[in-house]
Amino acid sequence: MTEFIIKRVLQAMIVLFVMTVLVFFGVNVIGNPVYIFASSECDQACLTKTIAELGLDRPLWEQYFVFLGNLLQGHLGNSFTHGIPALSLIFERLPATLELAFCALALALGIGLPLGVWAGLRPDTFISRCIMAFSMIAFSLPVFWIGLIMILTFSVQLGWMPAIGRGDTVEVFGADLSLLTPDGLHHLAMPAFTLSLIMMAIVIRLTRAGMREVIFADYIKFARANGIRERRILSTHVMKNLLIPIVTVLGMEFGGVIAFAVVVESIFSWPGVGKMLIDAIGVLDRPLIVAYLIFVVFMFVVLNLLVDILYSLLDPRVRLGGNQT
Amino acid sequence: MTTLSHAPIAGSPRELARRFLSVPSAVIALSVFILFCILGFGAPWIAPQNPYDLRQVDILDSLMPPGSVSYTGLTYWLGTDGQGRDMLSAMLYGIRISLIVGLLSGVLALVFGTFVGLIAAYRRGWVDTLLMRIVDLQLSFPTILVALILLVILGRGVDKIIFALVVVQWAYFARTVRGVALVEGAREYVDAARGLRLGGMRILFLHILPNCLPTILVVATMQMAMAISLEATLSFLGLGLPPTRPSLGLLIANGFDYLQSGRYWISVLPGVVLLAIIISANVLGDRLRDILNPRL
Repeated sequence: MTEFIIKRVLQAMIVLFVMTVLVFFGVNVIGNPVYIFASSECDQACLTKTIAELGLDRPLWEQYFVFLGNLLQGHLGNSFTHGIPALSLIFERLPATLELAFCALALALGIGLPLGVWAGLRPDTFISRCIMAFSMIAFSLPVFWIGLIMILTFSVQLGWMPAIGRGDTVEVFGADLSLLTPDGLHHLAMPAFTLSLIMMAIVIRLTRAGMREVIFADYIKFARANGIRERRILSTHVMKNLLIPIVTVLGMEFGGVIAFAVVVESIFSWPGVGKMLIDAIGVLDRPLIVAYLIFVVFMFVVLNLLVDILYSLLDPRVRLGGNQT
Repeated sequence: MTTLSHAPIAGSPRELARRFLSVPSAVIALSVFILFCILGFGAPWIAPQNPYDLRQVDILDSLMPPGSVSYTGLTYWLGTDGQGRDMLSAMLYGIRISLIVGLLSGVLALVFGTFVGLIAAYRRGWVDTLLMRIVDLQLSFPTILVALILLVILGRGVDKIIFALVVVQWAYFARTVRGVALVEGAREYVDAARGLRLGGMRILFLHILPNCLPTILVVATMQMAMAISLEATLSFLGLGLPPTRPSLGLLIANGFDYLQSGRYWISVLPGVVLLAIIISANVLGDRLRDILNPRL
């Protein structure tokens, strides 16, 4: 196990290294990096100072290590528009995004799992067909379009829901949460539901497929033969085996939720990192963009690593089976 | 994916077409899709107005509801947008751009991904491992995020968004084609071709590739729907196409600002068209998969 984890951590570090090289050269090749890290009001003296600070008078490979050093110390420059370090801005906005993402995750599981179980138990009924059609539509429709229609229906036409913003928040452990106030919850409902739809569709499909497979397994037949009640079979024997693939896929898809949060946040003006990125792109706040890119890459590598390790804990075949590509 | 196998496809193309169209949903989806292709590619000849030609667009006619008539006598059947463009014309041109981007990026990703997949399946060994590692890495990042990052670095433009879409899509083709090609490579006709001392490349491209085509077709249909949806999303975020060449996504984004004031048509109408294209492409893909039966 330790060997497996060490191997995966090393791999993750290689990926991170490659990604920083790509971002570094992307930043350097696409334009003069001075103008990426210095604001437009910078005069000649300030430019010279920035060049020396960034080490741009040195050879390229040396510059890369300077960049890497700055990165490791969290120096990614100040945001042009906000005037504070880009990384701290990201961490300031992160709780809002995470709150949205986790609520979406909870909704996807809370609604998707029962629907999938139903569709798996009675595959040929009308309701099951509706559930599967819903999952196909939820999966294939663009997220921004669903959000738009929700705003049009529930905010503009019916006036039930607030279209933008976060509402009241409470501070919990230094992070603001909307989840705990009635007004915040009211604001959270539409964006969280919109964001949960893709994940929900995946959960429904996986659960249904898993049900169809597990139900015919021998141990279910034996459980029935033993006279165990149907409800108990479903809640213990079936569920346990169903959850393994769902947990792992959800772990992997969580990254996708963070990615689609960019879309949902900009539609509902949710003040998270995704909205921040789109705003930063709009005003060409380059340090903030670079900081976001590096942050997101880092997050994904760590997330993939965690999922791999979790998966190998849940299913020992993964680490014993060696390389299966 | 390695256990991928598919039943041999029975029947002539005519027989396959008949089976394909034996389901009403497939017929409807195909008709809708063909209709939008005709509308989109015929846009310059069908559209009442050229929305890119500023001389034909009058800002005074902006935000008119569907059915309004301009003082020049032109009827705006679907209303006008914030810049006074005829929505019908703008949508026809929008369909055109969305389809071109979707098709072109799909085809380029198909060619590149198929090539990589075939090479990986043919060379095996470290080439295979290396290529599939790259594919795994690519697929471990969400498509929308990769496309977003690329467009942030590259900027706006039709060529740039096509490039970004190819980058995020090729890996799907590569992985699927490799899976099918490995299965096909172990079949008897490949042994027979080897027995005839045919060249490796010849076997790969003239014998194995044709048998991978059904699977490629299914993936291509699905990926095209995804590409159109992704392009619309990126354009909606203001990252894809330049504002001078509005695709459906950009039209929806333009209308989003007016949605709250009840001017629904600017956003909703292009949205309905986008929906129809994406859903019909998905239904077609589903049906193709049922017919051609590759286990994807």
